[in-house]
Amino acid sequence: MSTSVGFYLWRTVFILCLVNPLMQGLNGEESHHHHKETNITGLQIVKFQWHHVEAPYLVILWVLVAGVAKLSVIELNHHVTSVIPESGMLIIIGFILGGIVWAADMQQTFKLTPTNFFYYLLPQIILDASYFMPNKLFFRNLGSILIYAIVGTCWNAAAVGLSLWGCYEAGAMGHMDIGLLQFLLFGSLISAVDPVAVIAVFEEVHVNEVLFILVFGESLLNDGVTVVLYNVFEAFVTLGGPRINATEIFNGIVSFFVVAFGGSFLGILFAVLLCLLTRRTKNIQIIEAGFIFVVGYLSYLTAEMFSLSAILSITFCGVCCQKYINANMVEKSVTTVRHAMKLLANGSETIIFVFLGITAIDKAIWVWNTGFIILTLIFVFIYRIIGVFFLTWILNKFRLVPIEVIDQVVMSYGGLRGAVAYGLAAMLDEDRIKEKNVMISTTLIVVYFTVILQGISMKPLVQWLKVKRAAHSDLKLVEKLNNRAFDHILAAVEDICGRIGDNWWTRGWNRFEEKYISWLLMKPKARKNRDYLFSIFHKLNLEDAINYVSEGERQGSLAFVRSEQAANIDFKKQFDSEFADMMPDMNYEMGIENISVTSIVKDSIPSVCLDIHGQDRKKSVDDFNAHHLLQQHLYRSRKHHRHKYSRSHFSINQSEDEMQEIFQRTMRSRLESFKSAKMSVNPAKKIKHYRKEQTHMMANGHAKSADYLYEVEVDFAVRSETSATKEHFTLDTYTVRAGIENPAFMPDMDTTTQSPPWLTETEMDTVVAPSQRAQRRLPWTPNRLRRLAPMRISNSSTDSFLMADVFITEEEPAQKDQTKM
Amino acid sequence: MGSTNSTLIKIPNVEELMQETGFSTAHIIRLHDRFKELDKERRGYLCPRDFEAIKGLAINPIGDRIIGAFFSPGRETVDFYTFVRILAHFRPADNSRPKESSSPEPINSRTNKLKFVFQLYDLDKDGKISRIDLLKVLRGMLEMQVTEEQLDSIVDRTIQEADLDGDDAISFEEFRKSLEKVNIDHKMSIRFLR
Repeated sequence: MSTSVGFYLWRTVFILCLVNPLMQGLNGEESHHHHKETNITGLQIVKFQWHHVEAPYLVILWVLVAGVAKLSVIELNHHVTSVIPESGMLIIIGFILGGIVWAADMQQTFKLTPTNFFYYLLPQIILDASYFMPNKLFFRNLGSILIYAIVGTCWNAAAVGLSLWGCYEAGAMGHMDIGLLQFLLFGSLISAVDPVAVIAVFEEVHVNEVLFILVFGESLLNDGVTVVLYNVFEAFVTLGGPRINATEIFNGIVSFFVVAFGGSFLGILFAVLLCLLTRRTKNIQIIEAGFIFVVGYLSYLTAEMFSLSAILSITFCGVCCQKYINANMVEKSVTTVRHAMKLLANGSETIIFVFLGITAIDKAIWVWNTGFIILTLIFVFIYRIIGVFFLTWILNKFRLVPIEVIDQVVMSYGGLRGAVAYGLAAMLDEDRIKEKNVMISTTLIVVYFTVILQGISMKPLVQWLKVKRAAHSDLKLVEKLNNRAFDHILAAVEDICGRIGDNWWTRGWNRFEEKYISWLLMKPKARKNRDYLFSIFHKLNLEDAINYVSEGERQGSLAFVRSEQAANIDFKKQFDSEFADMMPDMNYEMGIENISVTSIVKDSIPSVCLDIHGQDRKKSVDDFNAHHLLQQHLYRSRKHHRHKYSRSHFSINQSEDEMQEIFQRTMRSRLESFKSAKMSVNPAKKIKHYRKEQTHMMANGHAKSADYLYEVEVDFAVRSETSATKEHFTLDTYTVRAGIENPAFMPDMDTTTQSPPWLTETEMDTVVAPSQRAQRRLPWTPNRLRRLAPMRISNSSTDSFLMADVFITEEEPAQKDQTKM
Repeated sequence: MGSTNSTLIKIPNVEELMQETGFSTAHIIRLHDRFKELDKERRGYLCPRDFEAIKGLAINPIGDRIIGAFFSPGRETVDFYTFVRILAHFRPADNSRPKESSSPEPINSRTNKLKFVFQLYDLDKDGKISRIDLLKVLRGMLEMQVTEEQLDSIVDRTIQEADLDGDDAISFEEFRKSLEKVNIDHKMSIRFLR
């Protein structure tokens, strides 16, 4: 496959070489053209109008080149086995391309200009990051993130700036036209941890989610500080040293609050606008997906306009709106938005890194000051470590789950600088800051160092640290199994204990949010559907429907009827392959390979083998199988690093599959256990209890409007289902007590109300809308596959789920149905 | 704080509970709040339904077993004491406690934690994890793609590794021995609060 890499590279080189001298020549010839045009003698059939298309052509050409570069990097990575992170490789390609352009032009015609970077390339990356941000995790750790972002960045800026100034005064850097303030300015721009670089590198290193969110959140939120510090010091440099007094410093501090909170607030404002917009798009669903990009970008620019923190603005816009627009928009729009976001973000990131490489090949900017550069590198590194450890030590006194030493090491090592620092450096005013080129050069070196070198060594470092901690010996099966079991147990106990760290404030907020904010920002239908359980059922339905149809197409619909067993197994396999089609899932690919390997290995060795060697071989093969199987097929627990944010993968991924699978099995086993329990229980007692529940819900029906009516509907519909008593029970449990939030706020649970005597169970049956009952006549399919609704009764996914999980067995009399435990 | 004291008074025998489990006052209050939250019908005890309503347990492969662990055999309800006692297993071990050989081992000692897990596996309560027990556990924790034969082979290997006296079942001692390298305290503790 090296040919394809070579091919890509050659294509890129070819394009560039072709275009460059052409453009060079054309730029020179333009003046000739103008002269020539006045002298045309006849009608020109075809004209070469380069100057018409020059600007957009170049842009698009570079986008194409960046895309090709990314392709070749991915190809290469398969062979270089991802030693170098993608971003590093892109920078290297940038070097090569820059070299080519340089060779052709003797100057760097293409650069990463700050304007392009800040206005056209950065916003979509931040929007993508914030849209896919795991909110719960983010807000739970917000305190720590803020401490790292604010205090950490200030510390870094001050320490680096002062140390450099100290070293300069001590003469380590030779002679430069520079002062303390300029050092501080430089310190502030080099201290910002960069979100783009962090994403790029951490994505390939799977760290645990808390660690990831800390570094990632810090990188996003520290922009508030960076912008302030940068502006403040730039203003100070302009004012000049003597004019700085306490007032100015005070202004600086005030401006921090204004910039940071103003930016965030603006972002939230735009998020609200966005949600209200998407709330209204029922009739024109096709444009729904566009709003987030438009409004997001608008929030960025508006904040920039008011000189507030643009990154914070767009971050909070994305973070706050995700939940609501995902609920408001139609499935297709949500998918569109996700795809488009990832595409834009990926594209931008690629372009940024390529241009970071290209920009380096420019003689004009390089001023190599060894002392400056080396000292900066050292200080940046050391102060990061000091800052992280010190802050963590303080934070651990307050945190519920302390941050371990390994995580701190990774955090300090993961303080990557990237394009933002370069952009800020390039924006410096040359007249005021004479040593701008020194700073740019240093910034570039720091960026390359962190992205390439630290990126390369991050993965081995993480592995080395973890390996060092665990026992050196190979884990036995028993240990593996138990480790996983412990994870599950802990997750379960944590769930049972609830978020004990949650205080009244958090719960109060949840209540408030549900009542008022969702009411304002979500479509009413979406609010009904948002219950977590139903959304899972909905997803399961969708997937079943897809698989059902495709399976039917593949085998002819009789296949299901013919043999239930075969259909199930095929179904499972098809299930997986469907996902492969829909989403190139790396995990799936690995899974398939493993399955085939194990099956091949198993098949090739005869089960009955008299040869001793054969026996041994089989044993070791079995061993391999067993370990492999455990490795691949053990369910992961919540505690296992669920890397929620990824640049290239999203939504239906393996962990969601697993969740669904586990969920289905749990439901089935509960139903079965209930069934056996039910048999031995006194029916009369149940009916009364049920009636009490029923009337409670009726009585409170008006109080809680949508949720309630919905629950009542479900109850009725469910009860009117036939033998599926067990579902009634479980579903009831879930409607009545779904989660901790909803039902806990039924204030009058305990008040006894007399049920109207005419409301017997049988009559409650008839409350069901006849249409639903009629539609229950579903075509025959084997039990397992009954979980879907072949007919979409309505757009509301919940209605379809009502038909879900119906086991068509015999019809039991209605009375028994009404029982509950 | 006034509320603290009034809550504590409501829970009889709280001193004993604290002594036995090692929880502090704040812990007990938090757990009591949680207990009340789970006990939606304010009956003073929990039944399996209340546990099943917890979302996270539905997507936990061994969630139902853990629910079962709260209920002693034959009982259908969990009162506050049992609730706290079971949860006490997950308290981080206190390394600073002086070793008193006379007092019984605390609930959150390594042995007791392991015993808790052992009981999760050992469904038929015969003191050993037989093949069948292990099959059930593994079936629950493995994805559906794994076929029965593969499962059987895993179970065989696992028992082989851990079984020292050759009775094709894992006793508690063997279980404990097989996990001696694992840092149980780390893996089976949650911090209830600061």
